[in-house]
Amino acid sequence: MQLKNKGTVATALAGAACALLGTPAVQAEEEMLKDWKFDTAILYYGETDRVSLAEGVISATKTNDDDSLFNVKLVIDTLTGASANGAVAQPYAQTFSRPSGKDGYVVKPGETPLDDTFRDTRVQLSGSWMQPFADTWRGTGAVNFSREYDYMSLGVSGLLEKDLFMRNTTLSAGLSFQFDSIDPVGGKPMTMTSMLTPTYNEADDLFDWDDDYEEGENKDGSDSKTTTDLILGVTQVINRRMLMQFNYGLSVVDGYMTDPYKLVSVVDSSGITQDVIYEGRPDSRTKHSFFWQTKYALDNGVVDVSYRYATDDWEIDSHTIDSRFRFNLGDNNYIQPHLRYYQQSAADFYRPFLNQSDATPMYASADYRVGEMTAYTVGLKYGHKMENGHEWAVRAEYYQQDPKNAGFDEPGALADLDLYPSVKAVILQFNYHF
Amino acid sequence: MKRKLVGILVLMGVTQLSGCASLGVQPWERDLLAKDEMALGAEGVDLGLDDHIYFSKEATSGGRSFAGGGCGCN
Repeated sequence: MQLKNKGTVATALAGAACALLGTPAVQAEEEMLKDWKFDTAILYYGETDRVSLAEGVISATKTNDDDSLFNVKLVIDTLTGASANGAVAQPYAQTFSRPSGKDGYVVKPGETPLDDTFRDTRVQLSGSWMQPFADTWRGTGAVNFSREYDYMSLGVSGLLEKDLFMRNTTLSAGLSFQFDSIDPVGGKPMTMTSMLTPTYNEADDLFDWDDDYEEGENKDGSDSKTTTDLILGVTQVINRRMLMQFNYGLSVVDGYMTDPYKLVSVVDSSGITQDVIYEGRPDSRTKHSFFWQTKYALDNGVVDVSYRYATDDWEIDSHTIDSRFRFNLGDNNYIQPHLRYYQQSAADFYRPFLNQSDATPMYASADYRVGEMTAYTVGLKYGHKMENGHEWAVRAEYYQQDPKNAGFDEPGALADLDLYPSVKAVILQFNYHF
Repeated sequence: MKRKLVGILVLMGVTQLSGCASLGVQPWERDLLAKDEMALGAEGVDLGLDDHIYFSKEATSGGRSFAGGGCGCN
C-alpha cells in the first residue's frame, strides 16, 4: 500500500514538474492514450461473379484504474455486385424488373438469375462498458447502431458474469434486444404475388412496360422486426493448459424476415417458368444454439476448436466446426491455419421453385441460404509483433458454399440446368494493433 | 424435440459443474492461461468480421455471443 502511495506521489510530482517545465503536447497525448488499445482491420470479401465487400474496423478499448473497460467500435463496409434473385435458370433468356420497379435486366439462357445492382454502404457504431464489482462479479452493458440505405438496426444488451472456485469457473447470463427496420428499394412487395416485368426491346436496348403498369403497384412501404436473445454460459479452466466454454443461446425473432428482393419461379410440368412471384417467410422464428469451445495452450502455440449445434422452428438444423491452430515462430511471429466446416438443413418453407399445378403455399423462399447446404473455409494468418510493441497480421482465406438439392424433383428442362451452383469467395484481411 | 434439447442442456451442465471440484488450477499456475492468445475472445476483430460474413451467407448465427440482427445482407 505504501509503495502504491509512493508511486502516486511520485507520479503527481512528475506531473507537476512536467507542467512547470511545459511538457510538449505530444508527450501529454501519449500519457492520455497509454490506457487505450486500438485494433484496426480492413477486409476484402469477393465472390466469383457475385458480391464483393470492403470493410474497415476501428475498435478502441480503454482500461481504467478499477479494471473496468470501455470499448467503442466503428465498422464501415461497402457492398457491390450481384446477388442470386432466387428464380431458377431457364433454357431461354429471362427478363426481370429491378427492385425500384423502374427498369429491368435480362439473364442469359442457362444462367442463374443474378440481380447485379446491389450497392450499399453500412455504418455501424457500438459501445460497451464492463464493470467489475464485489470482487468476483462483472457486468457489461452495450449499445449498437447500424445504418445502411434500406436498413436500420438498434440494439442494447447486458451481460452478467460471476467467478467461482478461485476464478476457475465463470457463469454468465446475457440478454439482448434488437430492433431492425427495413425500407426496401421500391417498397415492400406483397409476398407470394407476381412480379410485374417489362418486355425487353432488344433493338432500342429499352424495357417497355404495359400501358396500365403503375410503378410500385404491388409494393407497399416498410416493415420491422425485433430480436430477443438470451445466452447462458459456463467457462471452466480444466488444467494449466486447457480452458472450456459452453453456451446455450435462445433467440426469438418477431416481424418481417422476408427478403424483399428475392423471388420464386412457378414452373409447369416441363420445367418452364410461367410466373415469378415475390418470396414470403414466416414472421416468427425461435432458435436454440449450443456452443462449445476449447482452447489448449501448446508450448509454442494455441489450439482453438469450437462446435455449434443450432436448431429452430423453421426446421433449419446446423452444425459448425471452427478451428484455429496458432504456431509461434520465435517470440515475435506466428502462423495460424484456420479450418471451418458448416452444414445446414433446409427450412420447411424452402422451395427451389413452385409447381404450377400445386396450390400456392402460404410461405415459400428459393433463397439458397435457407436451403440445404454445406460450406467450408480454409485460411492462413501470419502475425508479427514489432519492436515498439505494435502488431500487424495478414489473413487470406477461401470460402465455398455448396447448396444441395433437398429432395425436390426437377421436371423437364430443369433437369438439365444447374439449380444449385456453388458460391466461391476469397477473403483478405490486414490487422494492425497498437 | 424440446425434451431432447433439455436433456442435452442438463447433461452438459452436469458434466461441466460436477467436475469443478477436481478441475482448475491454483493462481500461480496461470502462466499459460494468462497469455493474450488464450483468451476466449482473442482476435475479437476477426471474430466480428467472420460473424458478419457468415451471418449474411448462412441461416444460423450466434452461439459464441448474441445471434443479433444488424444488417440487411444480400
